[in-house]
Amino acid sequence: MKPKKKSEFSKLPSGDKTLLIIAYVILALFLIAIILPVIYIILASFIDPITLQNNGLTFDFSKWTLTAYERVLSNGQIWVGFKNALIYSVLFTIISVVVTLLAAYPMSRADFKGRGFFNTIFVITMFFGGGLIPTYLLISNLGMLDTIWAILIPGAFSVWNMIIARTYYMGIPRDLQEAAEIDGATEMIYFFRILLPVCTPIIATISMWQFVGMWNSYFDAMIYLNSASKQPLQLVLRAILIQSQPDPGMVSDMQSTAARAQLAELLKYATIIISSLPLMIMYPFFQKYFDSGIMAGAVKG
Amino acid sequence: MKNNPDSVAAGSSGNSKMHNALVYFRQHWQLYVIFMLPAFLLTIIFRYIPMGGIAIAFTEYNPIRGILGSEWVGFEHFQRFLSSPDFLRYLVNTLKLSVFGLLWGFPAPILLAFLLNRIMSAKTKQKIQLVLYMPNFISVIVLCGIVRILLAPTGMLNMLLGTSYNFMTMPSAFRTIYIASGIWQGAGWASIIYTAALSNASKELKEAAVIDGANIIQQIQAVEWPAIKDTVLIQFIMSVGNIMSVGFEKAYALQTDLNLNASEIISTYVYKKGLLDGDYGFSTAVGLFNTVINVILLVTMNTLVKKMNDGKGI
Repeated sequence: MKPKKKSEFSKLPSGDKTLLIIAYVILALFLIAIILPVIYIILASFIDPITLQNNGLTFDFSKWTLTAYERVLSNGQIWVGFKNALIYSVLFTIISVVVTLLAAYPMSRADFKGRGFFNTIFVITMFFGGGLIPTYLLISNLGMLDTIWAILIPGAFSVWNMIIARTYYMGIPRDLQEAAEIDGATEMIYFFRILLPVCTPIIATISMWQFVGMWNSYFDAMIYLNSASKQPLQLVLRAILIQSQPDPGMVSDMQSTAARAQLAELLKYATIIISSLPLMIMYPFFQKYFDSGIMAGAVKG
Repeated sequence: MKNNPDSVAAGSSGNSKMHNALVYFRQHWQLYVIFMLPAFLLTIIFRYIPMGGIAIAFTEYNPIRGILGSEWVGFEHFQRFLSSPDFLRYLVNTLKLSVFGLLWGFPAPILLAFLLNRIMSAKTKQKIQLVLYMPNFISVIVLCGIVRILLAPTGMLNMLLGTSYNFMTMPSAFRTIYIASGIWQGAGWASIIYTAALSNASKELKEAAVIDGANIIQQIQAVEWPAIKDTVLIQFIMSVGNIMSVGFEKAYALQTDLNLNASEIISTYVYKKGLLDGDYGFSTAVGLFNTVINVILLVTMNTLVKKMNDGKGI
């Protein structure tokens, strides 16, 4: 592999060589800019807070400690956050994907009466809405405040994803549908037995977006949920990372305020690592769906 | 439908049109009741009913008395915020954040796609992409947590610079932090669409260009740029249309008491005024103002595209 690349490179005109080298350098700098902070956070998460504050990173392993990880992992609140985030993300993904895939089917059929009407109704909501307060008051009037439904239901139907799924359906050869109709198959049987099985790439893509989106968001949970027991991970993280107010149980055994503040700082590093780990592990498995989803979206444009 | 004996037998009178519709509905009721109804109900309840709630913007809203029972004040809220110097600052903050964000953030993924396209080995390219896309999967909260740590007086950036600035409390640093972290997180992910467009550029065309002795600049001019031009245009227009919808989540998570001068934007202001202070009418009015500007921008951009694109809008 390598020698071949080398010869390809050496065949290039010298102007191209310079350009290529510049291109590789810029790309390398960008990669370093992504990786460097990540490595810094990983290393810092193992270092004693006082040492870190005074001397920065050190490879004197006697100063390394697992205290932060022990404290974060033994704290109940972060596990509650993980559990809630998982429940919300899984349920939201299921509800959202089902509603969206169903709606996309009639919208993909040219003979569907009322297609223009529904299309207008849906597309308007992409550009215009009631805004924060009217939506909040509606949720409140429906008695959904501080319930899981406020997180799962209002945003379940995504017009954008519906358009993407519809575009994908429309790319499925018509003969499949005609064959199904001759067999006397109903809409339901055609949809579930014939259409959906050939649409797995787009289903996986939309599911991934919805799951990651719910897992990583905090706004809806912040305004609709009050109980500590219902908080998803991102709100627990917000208390630790943004407000610097970790759950008192994590730091209360420290004698002085200063020591508590120092520990609260160290906890941030470990919290970042622990909370990002699940998605970072899952992420490479998503990779094969990236392109298909993006391209499906691009077709529409 | 075509082979339906009923519709063949039916004449062209209005009555039979009704009849046809009924027959169609009886045959295809599943499309409406099972496929369409859930999405339709969700849209009506959670998107259209709140639009009716916009009337709150014209009242001194009292939650106990409801919209109709609250005092009607007309455009008083609009007059109040449009004449307030604070609001003007928030509007300017919002615009600066998105305009500068677009200026810096828009070219970054295009550049990345061109750079990636120059990597010859497919395996290396895939590994680089894995790193480039990774930040997209970090949550806003974790991103802002990392930013706060790195920019703290004893953080990594100050260590590298040999200084001890507290960047998070400097209003002058806020926009740079917001935009740079946005590029850090999003540029790789946003480059996917251009990378895909580039790889769609005909391989033969490119090989022919290489055989003809075209250098890299000429290849870009003749093959690569034409392949992504349309995508770039569409993406640009969509970004301009979204210029007033700066996300709440990140701005709010990067705010500190001391950088509010630059970091208070319309969406965070709407949240604070409405949900924290309970000034529902005023907050709804500000939100409505923002939405209306956004719609005007979108319609304008769409008209422009239609003109340039022979009548085809987005």
